[in-house]
Amino acid sequence: MPRAAYLGPMQALCRDCLTAFETGARCPACRSPRVTRHPELFELTIAHMDCDAFYASVEKRDNPALADKPVIIGGGRRGVVSTACYVARIKGVRSAMPMFQALKLCPDAVIVRPRFDAYVEASRAIRQMMDELTPVVEPLSLDEAFMDLTGTARLHGAPPAVMLARLIKRMKDELGLTGSIGLSHNKFLAKVASDLDKPRGFSIIGKAETTAFLRPKPVRLIWGIGPAAQESLDAAGIRTFDDLLRWDRRDLHDRFGGMGERLWHLARGEDARRVSAHTPVKGLSNETTFSEDTNDPDILDGHLWRMAEKVSGRAKAKDKAGRVVTLKLKTGDFKLISKRQSLRSPTQMADTIYRTARALFDQVGDRGPYRLLGVGISELTTADAADTSGDLLDPDAGRRAEAERAADRIRAKFGETAIMKGRALR
Amino acid sequence: MKLSIERASLLKAVAQAQSVVERRNTIPILANVLIEAEGDAATFRATDLDIEVVDRAPAQVERAGSTTVSAVTLNEIVRKLPDGALVTLTDDGASGRLTIEAGRSNFNLATLPKEDFPVMASSDYVTNFSAPAPVLRRLFDKSKFAISTEETRYYLNGVYMHVADSEGGQVLRCVATDGHRLARIDADLPDGASGMAGVIVPRKTVGELRKLLDDDDMQIAVSVSETKVRFATPAITLTSKVIDGTFPDYTRVIPQGNTRKMEVDATDFAKAVDRVATVSSERSRAVKLQLSEDRLVLSVNAPDSGAAEEEIAVAYNDEQLEIGFNAKYLLEIASQVDRENAVFMFNGSGDPALMREGNDTSAVYVVMPMRV
Repeated sequence: MPRAAYLGPMQALCRDCLTAFETGARCPACRSPRVTRHPELFELTIAHMDCDAFYASVEKRDNPALADKPVIIGGGRRGVVSTACYVARIKGVRSAMPMFQALKLCPDAVIVRPRFDAYVEASRAIRQMMDELTPVVEPLSLDEAFMDLTGTARLHGAPPAVMLARLIKRMKDELGLTGSIGLSHNKFLAKVASDLDKPRGFSIIGKAETTAFLRPKPVRLIWGIGPAAQESLDAAGIRTFDDLLRWDRRDLHDRFGGMGERLWHLARGEDARRVSAHTPVKGLSNETTFSEDTNDPDILDGHLWRMAEKVSGRAKAKDKAGRVVTLKLKTGDFKLISKRQSLRSPTQMADTIYRTARALFDQVGDRGPYRLLGVGISELTTADAADTSGDLLDPDAGRRAEAERAADRIRAKFGETAIMKGRALR
Repeated sequence: MKLSIERASLLKAVAQAQSVVERRNTIPILANVLIEAEGDAATFRATDLDIEVVDRAPAQVERAGSTTVSAVTLNEIVRKLPDGALVTLTDDGASGRLTIEAGRSNFNLATLPKEDFPVMASSDYVTNFSAPAPVLRRLFDKSKFAISTEETRYYLNGVYMHVADSEGGQVLRCVATDGHRLARIDADLPDGASGMAGVIVPRKTVGELRKLLDDDDMQIAVSVSETKVRFATPAITLTSKVIDGTFPDYTRVIPQGNTRKMEVDATDFAKAVDRVATVSSERSRAVKLQLSEDRLVLSVNAPDSGAAEEEIAVAYNDEQLEIGFNAKYLLEIASQVDRENAVFMFNGSGDPALMREGNDTSAVYVVMPMRV
């Protein structure tokens, strides 16, 4: 970073004891080297918090025997890596990498099946801490969120940077989890910043150095630029932000449409999107990649049921219901099939989700073998509007719903595996 | 081919053709109408491969022949021509264009070869009967609102037309249901209809059929085979594939043991339901019915937007009852009542309710309640 350009005193903050100071490499109070310094440190208000190897950290916290082992969260040989801990990352393991490849890189890795309940619980605890900082928290997933702390300094008696450092400290002290903070003047840069110094990072991109910082960086830094967009940018000779800056606004728009407009602004470090606490959840879905491609109707039916049950479980936990049921299938040759069905009244019942997905599955016909199956609900509403009307042609539906509610109560009392459907075991 | 035809008759034929052709189709010829001129008439044929409609209109045919052009474009042109115009259609067969002339307007449209036009295979119609237009109109008009749009239960995407046993003997019956409401409409059995195999007439066909039924004095010739159904007037023949599926046994859905009877003026009832439902923004608006002696309280409680309540006089002398329904369903069935009071038969608050007009059991509706 071109530090010479900075004017004014370098504000510094100790992330261990939260002391603010101006000079010295270490904290004058506690001698800690974990110091963040930046001229705009106490002025910036838009933050992105990203937990470090979240799933793996939760597993290590709950099972200290794993602490110094390479841990990979994911399922089965054919699955993909969901999260790899930093020990495994040293060996080159990355999330979304196929499991067999990860194991080749890191043969002694301990593979842990994801325990979403534990992650959801940890995520909720973190969320609660973030809510204490500001009402404007926009979660992106279980382990990351944007926060807008504009105007909170007076309330807390401390600038946002201090409160964010305190949040990270509390996460570590109270939950045993670590996270990284990116602090800047908009969402795009805050998200970029949080990734600069992971794990346990606290990075800042100030207004003054925004363009200088971005210039040499590759455009794939932009969240949402996937391989396809990358390809079309490559074709236009755009690899870095510097390349992007050379483009005329109109030309970018003509070539890339709406994305071009956005790129023009991002190239200048501009991002007008607000942190929104009310981004509604669009849908809930679960999918599974099989250990081997299958066409076995019983096995597929078992997966359908389990996915429906998972989606239903999450919907019930969130007090949500979906008006649309979706089915996703991927064939052995990677063709994606997706189907959807609207319901008369929104549902959160596993039985209804399963039956609808099953009917969609039957519509697809014989296109297997399949390697992946997913079930989801979307067009979410609150649960009180759910499952209000029965089906004339399915008089047993009411009784099945009663049975499901009873089973839910048993599970709540005696645990997830206390009662299961036979088809869940297929 | 060269023919002259009065604008009104051309418009009628072409309008029907363009409503049959599929808007978003990938086979270009299916967007076209096949025009055939011979003798003293022109026929206009359109199909989406499931439905075929053939309209015959009187025309002065100068040169017999045939061609196909875009049904939608031709319809647009004819619609915009002045009333009373005489329209001349000319196709010289070589240029691949159809010329349309009316007064000083002149159009020409690209044609596709008539040989490419798919003509629906004829079927072995085993049942043939004739029914007055008003009878068929009542059967389909009163049942079609209950047709399902759910693709997964495709066998509900139409009206089940069949012969059924009723108290007074055999009847011609139409049933439609989407699992939430059901309509069962009966008519006297026309001569020649007994022994007809039940067929599920698809939703789109029901819509097209309606256009044949406006004339009260018209007799409609109905032909039914295992796979097709045909409705014909002297001018129009509508042929449709039927839905290849089994209609569920609806008889067990119609409640037999509902004893709590409420009689209400259908119009007053519908208006009150409509009024209280206004406060709810939900797509499935639930209306609560609270019944006590000769008194019905309709209410809607939408926590986010507001609440409404209205009381209306009814004839009811049974135990108190609270039951909820989708407001839209109540409005739909109440609007089917046109002569007498609506009679609702309830059982419990979780059980389907039955509605009929007075004591007339030839039109019966069933609605599933909603939890409120």
